Amino acid sequence: MTAEYLDGNALAGPLGEIFAVDVTAATGRCANCGLTGPVASLHVYGPDPGLVARCPGCDEVVLRLVRGPGTAWLDLRGAVSLRLDVPE
Amino acid sequence: MNIISRGFRGRQRRDDDRLPPGQYLVEDFPVLSAGPTPRVPLDRWEFTIDTETGRTHRWSWEEFTALPMETPTVDIHCVTKWSKLDTTWEGVSLDVLFDDVESAAEYALVHSYGGYTTNLPLEDLLDGQAWLVHRFDGEELEPRHGGPARLLVPHLYFWKSAKWVRGIRLLDEDWPGFWETAGYHNYGDPWREQRYEGD
Ligand SMILES: [Zn+2]
Repeated sequence: MTAEYLDGNALAGPLGEIFAVDVTAATGRCANCGLTGPVASLHVYGPDPGLVARCPGCDEVVLRLVRGPGTAWLDLRGAVSLRLDVPE
Repeated sequence: MNIISRGFRGRQRRDDDRLPPGQYLVEDFPVLSAGPTPRVPLDRWEFTIDTETGRTHRWSWEEFTALPMETPTVDIHCVTKWSKLDTTWEGVSLDVLFDDVESAAEYALVHSYGGYTTNLPLEDLLDGQAWLVHRFDGEELEPRHGGPARLLVPHLYFWKSAKWVRGIRLLDEDWPGFWETAGYHNYGDPWREQRYEGD
C-alpha cells in the first residue's frame, strides 16, 4: 500500500504561488502539541479537495490550502508561528 | 453502424441528464483524504445526536444495526468533478434516527472520528434525503470509504457525506465545517455548481 500522505515538500509549488519566500524551509510550531520543525516535515494529504498539512507529532491540522479558479484560501490556524529566513 | 452510434448517443444523453454541470462520469470510486484513516473498533463505535438543549441521543453499533435498514441507489457527485451513478448502499434513514429527537434547531454540524466536520441545514438531513450507511455495493463499507459508517447525503456534493461519522450536533446558528471554513461553499448544491465560497 502506498503512503496516505506526502511530505511537506509537496507544498513548495502551491505555496510558491502565494509567497515570495520558500515556506517549506520555514520552521513552524504546532498550535496543538507545540512540536517545532520545518514545514517540509509536515504530513501532506491531498491535493484534492485541498492540501491538508498535519503535524507529524499529533496529526492535527497545521495548514490548509484550497485552490479555486482565480482564488486561493490559506488557513494557518494550526501554526503558532512560522520562522522564515528572509534576504537582507 | 448508424443504428449503433445513435443508440450509444441516446444512452449517453440519458446519463448526461443525470450529470450536474461541470461533472464527468467515473466507473471507479476515487478516494480523497484530508488525514489519516481512522480505525474504529465496533465495540467502541457510537453515534450520537446532540440537541441544542443539551440532550444526547446515543446508539451503539449493535443498536444501530438493529434499526430498520434501507438500500438506497443514488448518484453521487464530488466537488472535484467526478460523479458516479447508481451507487448502492445499505443503512438507516436519518428520519429513523431523528424519530425521537425533539429539536427546533435549523442547523446541523456533522462530526467524525478523526476530527472532520461538515455543516448543513437540518432539513437537508430529513425527509428521505440522508442515510447513515455501513454497507456499499453489497459489502461492508471499507475504512478508506468511511467505514464502519458514513453519512450519505447524495443531493449535495459528496464532502457533505462525512466519512467515519460519529455524530450530529444540532445548532441554532450555522457553524461552518472543515472544508466550509477553507474556501468551499457553505451549502454545496451540485446542480447549482456551488463549489467554492461565492459561487
Ligand atoms: Zn502537533
